[in-house]
Amino acid sequence: MKSAVVLLPGLNRDRDMIAALTKISGQAPATVWQTDTEIPDVDLIAIPGGFSFGDYLRCGAIAARMPVMRAVAEKAAKGVTVIGVCNGFQILVEAGLLPGALMRNASLKFVCRQVKLRIANANTMFTRGYQPGQIIRSPVAHHDGNYFADAETLARLEGEGQVVFCYADGTNPNGSINDIAGIVNDRGNVLGLMPHPENLIEAAHGGNDGRALFESALGIAA
Amino acid sequence: MKARITVTLKNGVLDPQGKAIEHALSGLGFDGVGQVRQGKVFDIELTGTDKTKAETDLKAMCDKLLANTVIENYSVAIG
Repeated sequence: MKSAVVLLPGLNRDRDMIAALTKISGQAPATVWQTDTEIPDVDLIAIPGGFSFGDYLRCGAIAARMPVMRAVAEKAAKGVTVIGVCNGFQILVEAGLLPGALMRNASLKFVCRQVKLRIANANTMFTRGYQPGQIIRSPVAHHDGNYFADAETLARLEGEGQVVFCYADGTNPNGSINDIAGIVNDRGNVLGLMPHPENLIEAAHGGNDGRALFESALGIAA
Repeated sequence: MKARITVTLKNGVLDPQGKAIEHALSGLGFDGVGQVRQGKVFDIELTGTDKTKAETDLKAMCDKLLANTVIENYSVAIG
């Protein structure tokens, strides 16, 4: 399975994402720069975490308007799998590829810790390697992960199984509505999540709870 | 031509920063401060002179970039 990683100035988890995809898929992902208008023929596009454009205006707002994001939107419309982690999630929301918004953490503090996630829907292309309701661990590191959507959008997301990951066991680190940590679009091929599964994929990380997400998305889940 | 765009959070959207400012104001001894909501102001210089076009353009700027209309409202003032 071929993958590509989107690079933007200010991202800082790009190397982690590249390392995770290389280890799990067995080949290094292509990289695409913010001004690129075309993305190579790949099965999976990942937008890593960080602080693109210094979080100016709103997190992900400037990045979402760069040429490469038009190319990502075109690929997503064709059914290519897209994962946005942390700032990548914020960018996907700002680009209109996912509904809702990510606001300042309710505590106003940057949170950097490990949380627990419940697999709210194991019947997606990103979670088929997990059991329904399974609790996994994942690191988080963000200042603006407080997911918000209006009541109508929220009802639709929950009704259609588009809420994929929820903070579990009282570990919601940001005040996110209904403990939402990750959602997919209505077609099910675009995932955004605040936690960093790419930082928990092997024993050296202290666990591999995040690995099945990439194995699922890359079509190599057990 | 000069324009000022004001972006504010929609009603019902939690504003933890506004809340923190509210507490800080009461901590400074300002009594009678009710709810505080934080927003943004953009002062924009425009080279054109057509006010109608400017207003259309400024609204498009808000919809496309300056405001996140999922959570924010905006208002445009010219002159």
